[in-house]
Amino acid sequence: MRRVLFEGLIHSPLTESAPDADDPELAALAQQVERAAAANLGRSLSIRHVDAGSCNGCELEIHALGAAFYDLERFGLRFVASPRHADVLLVTGPVTRNMREALERAYAATPAPKWVIASGACAKDGGAFAGSYAIAGGVGDVVPVDLHIPGCPPNPAALLKGLLALMRGKANPSVSAQRGRGKASGG
Amino acid sequence: MTTLDTIGHGPWREATRRLAAGEARLVSLWGDGDKARMALSSAGRADLERVDALCVDGAFPSVGAAHPPAIRLERALCDLYGFTAVGARDKRPWLDHGRWPIRHPLGAREANAAAAAPYAFLSAEGAGLHQIPVGPVHAGIIEPGHFRFHAAGETIARLEERLGYVHKGVDALMSGADLTRGAELAARVSGDSTVAYQIAFARAAEGALGVAIPPRAHWLRALMAEWERLANHLGDIGAICNDASFALMHAHCGILRERALRAAGQAFGHRLMMDRIAPGGVAADLDAAGRQALRDGAALVRDRFPRLVELYDNTTSLQDRTVGAGVLDGELARRFGCGGVIGRASGSAFDARRDFPYPPYDELTFDAPSLSEGDVNARVWVRIREVEESLRLITQILDRLPAGPVRVEIGPSGAPGEAHALVEGFRGDIFVSLRLSADGRIARCHLRDPSWFQWPLLEAAIEGAIVADFPICNKSFNCSYSGHDL
Repeated sequence: MRRVLFEGLIHSPLTESAPDADDPELAALAQQVERAAAANLGRSLSIRHVDAGSCNGCELEIHALGAAFYDLERFGLRFVASPRHADVLLVTGPVTRNMREALERAYAATPAPKWVIASGACAKDGGAFAGSYAIAGGVGDVVPVDLHIPGCPPNPAALLKGLLALMRGKANPSVSAQRGRGKASGG
Repeated sequence: MTTLDTIGHGPWREATRRLAAGEARLVSLWGDGDKARMALSSAGRADLERVDALCVDGAFPSVGAAHPPAIRLERALCDLYGFTAVGARDKRPWLDHGRWPIRHPLGAREANAAAAAPYAFLSAEGAGLHQIPVGPVHAGIIEPGHFRFHAAGETIARLEERLGYVHKGVDALMSGADLTRGAELAARVSGDSTVAYQIAFARAAEGALGVAIPPRAHWLRALMAEWERLANHLGDIGAICNDASFALMHAHCGILRERALRAAGQAFGHRLMMDRIAPGGVAADLDAAGRQALRDGAALVRDRFPRLVELYDNTTSLQDRTVGAGVLDGELARRFGCGGVIGRASGSAFDARRDFPYPPYDELTFDAPSLSEGDVNARVWVRIREVEESLRLITQILDRLPAGPVRVEIGPSGAPGEAHALVEGFRGDIFVSLRLSADGRIARCHLRDPSWFQWPLLEAAIEGAIVADFPICNKSFNCSYSGHDL
């Protein structure tokens, strides 16, 4: 263990100060996330992930966002264990009929102001599973959605871009409207 | 595959007897039209057997009554078709939570007017027992499912799983679809096994159409399959250690996994390699730059991974959590025909790549490492060894990749066709049974995730453990929710 720890001390961090060395766009993006988070949210945004029926592909890429290369937490963005601690619900998958109530309850348990990000092709409109008897629809058919992140699944860079867009309030007019409502459907 | 007589249920009952006696392994059990079907494998046979039971008045003799591994598959079959398993002890619905607008989506559909009834969990009685309900929404970034614990203080007396939350109706969406659409759905049954599912579906389709694909396509498929196994095992080894709060291992494994995903993105154009395989071959060829990206990625893992293995092996506080935790009895694993890492950590040697070989594995050199302890530690070590084996395979494939085309055109054969495939994913053997109509469309496609025979064993492995050990045991199993719920 000493060797691994020691190497960690003497090597430069893997975290890409430009988050991805081969993607200057992402580097610029990372700085913007930091500025926007500071301006709008006092340097912190708590995200609660809800899988409403995904194939698990989206979860793999959300996990990747936590890897040293992206290091989400340096932006004040972090995943929390309960919707009661969350500002944002990051919802993946088509909403299955068997998960509909759980998603509604997670939304209700999230204190306002709150935002919902529908992440991935399925979350938009059911994606590959649209039309099935077992699918209630996209996330927007069950809870109000502020932003959709495209991709199947969205890769970590796309997820970062989405979080940035949300924080800048440009994603959807309902972002500011919903923030103004405050007490609406609070948990 | 041998098809036995469907009349009289004699062969079905005999197959059930053989399963219960341990003479055969249940590969899957599903419905098709007015039949219940099962596939079995047995020692000394190079192919799978299929046995059908014609459902007279919607009834067939229960297999689960004598052979518990069939119980959940049978419950799912009854939910989807409205059949009755005569003699079944557990008649509760499984995938149908009472929330679909219809009942029996693959059988005689009828409107579902009733409100969802509460699920009757199995009970445990005794002084001081209490229940802990967990899920379907869990604390981590994972899939949804419900765990009902009966605990005496910290000690788990009974765990019962309730699954089906992510049921998406894949079987029904498959019916009537063309092969392109079928491949799209198969790639999304379980995102972490997208390559293995794509291969299994494509192999079944090619079998049903009687099509042979070019050698290079076989080799590229295996390259993707081993890359998927490598990336997932790296992630799992780190995540298991993380559930023992050993974040250092998680961070370093996460770095290697991310490198692997990026290399896959460079080589194949998608980090998870989704939609890269199609019936007839592969969707895109591997160019020189992609080949180099994989070589570099494999070299990096080969360089860094040994010191992480050393870190795991030399950290006693971590070993304290993994050694002896969540022991899965080898006899139980064998009875359930449990494949994959879980089976091989409990003494099973089954590996579809070796036991039902498909190209190019018959030309490659590899081991299917197996241990007998059956604890979390053994499941970590089997994964470690499989990372090493996958690296060996990747090197062999990159060195020997044959030249030539990567895809053949496929089209309807003009006659109905039927075939199955058994493919070893990172989690275990994936079974696909596919029946095509004369016009080349899918008449019935059944996809069986390895988790069907692994989830029930988690309930057994956790009995008597403390609640706080559940996350690490669960992670060491890493069963699929989406692949199971389908």
